Amino acid sequence: MSRAHPRELGVLAALVLLVAVTAAANSRFLSGQSIRDLLLSAAVLTVLAAGQTIVVLTRNIDLSVGSVLGLSAFGTADLLSAAPGTPLPLAALAGIAVGALCGALNGALISYGGVPALVITLGTLYVFRGIAHSWAAGRQINAADLPRPFLNLGTATVAGIPVLALLATAVVLAVAVWLHSYRSGRELYAIGSEPAAAARAGIPAGRRVRTAFLLSGSLAGLAGVLYAARYGTVDATAGQGLELQVVAAVVVGGVAIFGGSGTVLGAALGALLLTCIGTSLAVLRVDPFWQQAVVGALILAAIGLDRLLTARLAARAARTAGAVRTAPEVSRGS
Amino acid sequence: MAAEPRSALPGALRRWDTALIATLLLVTLAAALLVDGFATGRNTQFLLLDAVAVGLVALPVTLIIVTGEIDLSVASTLGLCSAVMGQLWLSGWPLELVVLAVVALGAVLGAVNGLFVTGFGLPALAVTIGTLAAYRGLAFVVLGDRAVADFPRQWTDAAGGTAPAGAIPAAMLITALAAAGCAVLLHATPLGRALFAIGNNAEAARFSGIAVARTKFWLFVGCGAVSGLAGVFWTLRYASARADNGQGLELAVVAAVLLGGVSIFGGRGTLAGVCAGVLLLVTLRNALQLADVPADTLDIVTGSLLIVSVIAPRALSGLRQRRRSRATRT
Repeated sequence: MSRAHPRELGVLAALVLLVAVTAAANSRFLSGQSIRDLLLSAAVLTVLAAGQTIVVLTRNIDLSVGSVLGLSAFGTADLLSAAPGTPLPLAALAGIAVGALCGALNGALISYGGVPALVITLGTLYVFRGIAHSWAAGRQINAADLPRPFLNLGTATVAGIPVLALLATAVVLAVAVWLHSYRSGRELYAIGSEPAAAARAGIPAGRRVRTAFLLSGSLAGLAGVLYAARYGTVDATAGQGLELQVVAAVVVGGVAIFGGSGTVLGAALGALLLTCIGTSLAVLRVDPFWQQAVVGALILAAIGLDRLLTARLAARAARTAGAVRTAPEVSRGS
Repeated sequence: MAAEPRSALPGALRRWDTALIATLLLVTLAAALLVDGFATGRNTQFLLLDAVAVGLVALPVTLIIVTGEIDLSVASTLGLCSAVMGQLWLSGWPLELVVLAVVALGAVLGAVNGLFVTGFGLPALAVTIGTLAAYRGLAFVVLGDRAVADFPRQWTDAAGGTAPAGAIPAAMLITALAAAGCAVLLHATPLGRALFAIGNNAEAARFSGIAVARTKFWLFVGCGAVSGLAGVFWTLRYASARADNGQGLELAVVAAVLLGGVSIFGGRGTLAGVCAGVLLLVTLRNALQLADVPADTLDIVTGSLLIVSVIAPRALSGLRQRRRSRATRT
């Protein structure tokens, strides 16, 4: 975990550099309104990235989050448009519950079935999206169908900071405290870095992994509620393809895809960086089609960098120990 | 403990293959009896054409999964190759040259995957999720949201039209030949045995003199080239080069391969099983489509099949093991 800190500083430096360059090209990029827009857009991705961090730490992955977001966003909007009198906290809880249900299903299939999360969540990605499509049956829910207070939530600010961004920050802080200061949270690192050793140490890995997926699903549900409040217009395709950006945010933020290392703060910075890249490309008048290519390149660069740092750390450790025990690791590629 | 399930494997595998082929026959029979328009020559041709792209790409993906790796970027490779094909055709290249260039491009894209996986020792899952995004993004950079459609009639007819002779489209014949070639390679050559050895225990395979990294690298190159070829077929069949061609195909391919009994952990599977898996998936989708089941439900079916096909073998072997341990106890 000690190497997570330079990594977060690196992401922060990249973020500052990107903002500086974009602001130099167009001074309006740093106006209050565009910063508020940026924070609003980053909020949804940040909440998803916090959930994904929990899962990736345990050496799993949740590819279904974009579909869960779509299902929850449509469900919440459908509920509010059909019964406008529903208290907002209740509607939000309903959206989160949809996500929690999806997450619980993922977790149960993965831990009881003993199969890789990649395959299961690739399957549920399509199943959940299919359910959203069947539910919506081509319908679209527009801002005019939604109660005013709900839409206001999407744009409201406290002391100039969007409420959604504050909510996302609260989520990140809560997850960070859990991962750092609670035994059940710290055990996720143990499960991810050495599953066999964790099991021998008496850590209930199956239960922890199910909890991780339950939390990831619930947070994707919350992200769906925020998405509906932010955009007001929701159909069954909400959040389609978002899983790639979430995975990118997490690995760019320094969470190792092999589990066991990284922080939720890094993932949040990764989400902010990714959102910023999208906005900067638009401000710099670069073809928006480049954005997805950049996301892919960032994933590759981040996992490559990770491998490089690990190899270097291993080499240094070997040198200080005066041993060459890491030689097989280095020669892997030949 | 690890040796226990492996020793029981060949029998279980044969049973899975047989069960799958029986299911395929059953589904086909049921569809022929219950679904209007299923058992016609025209629909059979369409069904077989639908199986071409999935089937072609499933072949190299099977070999890769047998070695314990995965390639999720195949559909994006197909899309990027399709976009480049459109762009090159627009700029006046002769089509023969375009096809060669596009297949070569596919090989290069596969080599990038292979380099990241074997050269830098990165997990194939993470690498190919990255290139899934990157290649699809590049496809849009190349062609935007335009479509190139004016390919020569004789080419599009050859790819998507009805068969020149008999009921089987030429593209399907080529795919079937390729499948037979892959089956021989996987089940009857030293290379095939090496692939299984790598999937069972890469470390042991390396010590027994198999060039693990080099073999994997060339598998990714081949997978890219075949995905490029599938891109050419897709473009000509629908007479349309688009950046979003084949989007989501990776799910159908992975689902078909795993449904075919190939273990996601590597080391076991048969090509006959994969062929049955591909045909079952395509037949099911075709029959449901004809029965007016909406496209969204098809996604639910494909996704569920993927989940069931990975969980069922585990559940079965768990049951069998429990029964055996109960038998030895008494």
